[in-house]
Amino acid sequence: MSISVLLITLAILTIASYSFGRKRSLSLATVTEKKKSSLHSLPGYYGTLTALWCAIPALLILSLWLVLETSIITHIVSEDLPAEVQNLPESERNLVINRLHNELAGQTFGEPDPILKPAIDHYKRLQQISNMALTVVILAISILGGLYAWSRVSPNLRARNHVEIVLKFLLISSSTIAILTTIGIVLSVLFEAVRFFQTVPLTEFLFGTKWSPQTAIRADQVGSSSAFGAVPLFTGTLLISFIAMLIAVPIGLMSAIYLSEYASRKFRSVVKPMLEVLAGVPTVVYGFFAALTVAPFIRDSGGLIGLSVSSESALAAGLVMGIMIIPFISSLSDDVINAVPQSMRDGSYGLGATHSETVKRVILRAALPGIVGGILLAVSRAIGETMIVVMAAGLAANLTANPLDSVTTVTVQIVTLLVGDQEFDSAKTLAAFALGLMLFVVTLSLNVIALHIVRKYREQYE
Amino acid sequence: METITTSSTSVTKDTPLMTPEKPNEVVENKVIDRDHRGQTVGDVTVENPRMTARNVNVWYGDKHAIQNVNLDIANNEVAALIGPSGCGKTTFLRCLNRMNDTIDGCLVEGEIALDGKNIYDKDVDVVPLRARVGIVFQKPNPFPKSIYENVAYGPRIHGLARNKTDLDEIVHSSLKRSGLFDEVKDRLDQPGTGLSGGQQQRLCIARAIAVSPEVILMDEPCSALDPIATATIEELIDELRKKYSIVIVTHSMQQAARVSQRTAYFHLGDLIEVGPTSEIFTNPKHKLTEEYITGRFG
Repeated sequence: MSISVLLITLAILTIASYSFGRKRSLSLATVTEKKKSSLHSLPGYYGTLTALWCAIPALLILSLWLVLETSIITHIVSEDLPAEVQNLPESERNLVINRLHNELAGQTFGEPDPILKPAIDHYKRLQQISNMALTVVILAISILGGLYAWSRVSPNLRARNHVEIVLKFLLISSSTIAILTTIGIVLSVLFEAVRFFQTVPLTEFLFGTKWSPQTAIRADQVGSSSAFGAVPLFTGTLLISFIAMLIAVPIGLMSAIYLSEYASRKFRSVVKPMLEVLAGVPTVVYGFFAALTVAPFIRDSGGLIGLSVSSESALAAGLVMGIMIIPFISSLSDDVINAVPQSMRDGSYGLGATHSETVKRVILRAALPGIVGGILLAVSRAIGETMIVVMAAGLAANLTANPLDSVTTVTVQIVTLLVGDQEFDSAKTLAAFALGLMLFVVTLSLNVIALHIVRKYREQYE
Repeated sequence: METITTSSTSVTKDTPLMTPEKPNEVVENKVIDRDHRGQTVGDVTVENPRMTARNVNVWYGDKHAIQNVNLDIANNEVAALIGPSGCGKTTFLRCLNRMNDTIDGCLVEGEIALDGKNIYDKDVDVVPLRARVGIVFQKPNPFPKSIYENVAYGPRIHGLARNKTDLDEIVHSSLKRSGLFDEVKDRLDQPGTGLSGGQQQRLCIARAIAVSPEVILMDEPCSALDPIATATIEELIDELRKKYSIVIVTHSMQQAARVSQRTAYFHLGDLIEVGPTSEIFTNPKHKLTEEYITGRFG
């Protein structure tokens, strides 16, 4: 039975056991004079409990089986490969096994290698046995589990409590998946970064001012001076992010104030979704816009007043990134401003404050922690933004504060270091992980600070 | 819309009466004399009034919240507005310094004059008006600033202090007059939101008197407070009367009896009866007032 058919059967069994469990609880229940059932829980809970017993053990075994099946069969098959293969070094034996898998998947042409022929047959036989065993075992476990729960159903069984516990574990495991994934990402980046720091010292990476990651393959190669000073990348990132925030914070904040405090309800209901459309534009489209429209425009208009502007200026990338972040800031600030209680406004108006005085001195003051939190979240987005800068910012790692120059960012360098054919043990490739780790640390701490501030603000009014 | 032409009082003659049909049905069984809308029992006028309201009608959208209310506010007097929930007393109070302007769909008609000048005239700016007619709300609403900054807010926006010494003086004297100074003098830089409910309400009163208003409106100032804090605020109101005119909305008849000199009874948007507090509570003339005061409804 194929896996999909097995799963469907399992689902049918589960549904059936729900109704059996429910029916049994109803048939066992005695109704007292007060019209009160003698069941501990509602009948649905007995049904759910039976269904859970039917489904969960079977699903656990099934997933375990599927995970382990291939490696166990491969192990058994590799035992009976010819002796000459057995005696090969580890890496070459793996190659043979790889070829075996390719043959099985039908990814080769021509006749299979005669050495592999018995192994392939053996593998196929084992797989068939495994498949049949799986079907039998899973269906048996599922039916037995359902029967066990069904037989336990009695008015005294605390079915609701059991179901609640199962639900709790389901929720716990869901949240653990997110946490474990994060930890996994951090660790994978961390290990590669550690390998990088074994070849390049941490101090050189953090404080070096020259970035030129081309590593020489031959000693006489031209331009082979590799240098891994990340300072120009971080200044470039900060410069572009700074320009972006310079655009996004005032415009976003002021549009939020207008929308939440001044605009009529009708205007607001039209404009707010339109502003949020900006957030839905894919960043790669912003990238075109920056590279093909904004950057040449800035270069040409700079040329008109006699400034030499690089055609891939930090200004162009920053401007467009700022526009991208506007809806982020305006929508977060709008929520926070709306959360300021009406009594604050009344109090201020009651003292004879004008609309703008009220906004400036009371509402923004009350909403400030939330707004700061929103801005910090936006900063971490700007720092981590990749697509716009890949397309609009240059690759030259200039250490400059001039927004008209071409700069490069951490994310751009990570992309260029990893794109294309790369060897995974050179310092050049590993540098990408070190950069990623730095970036991660920066944005993570910004997010932590922002969330902390936002939470503090929430405590004030709820 | 039914137009009633039988109205004969001088104050209602010159305005068209906009009376919905509904109230006659609703209160019919309770009311003997409900044909004459806008006819208030008792004398609505006082000698030398600070504020005068004439033929005030308020609509929230289609809802006619107040009908033809006439009332004078005297100097150095506490006027209490009482009545069952939803009778329009808070609405009337908020008309007195145009706080209703901030509510969408609220329409005020009629004339409310402060020292003889109609505050709803087109040339009147609400900013100085609200400095002259201050308001204290039901729920204490200190700003998220320090105690000092809360009180200094009004003087700052109206430019009442020329320098820091002036401002200190205003803040300290306002806090003293609201009876809060001794409790907070060592922590003026702490947030105002950290005070207890009663202290917050006195802070809001201090904030209102810091701009030297002429009239103070109070919208159930004690309803969120415990009895001891209430007693403190009531003493304060009695003290403030020497300097200001005070209009207070209250649900507690005992409070109205304790703090006010005149009492006005509202019922479903009508001002039913006005009179000296002692008379209203001992010898109400209108049947509705009597029923409310004796606790038959409300």
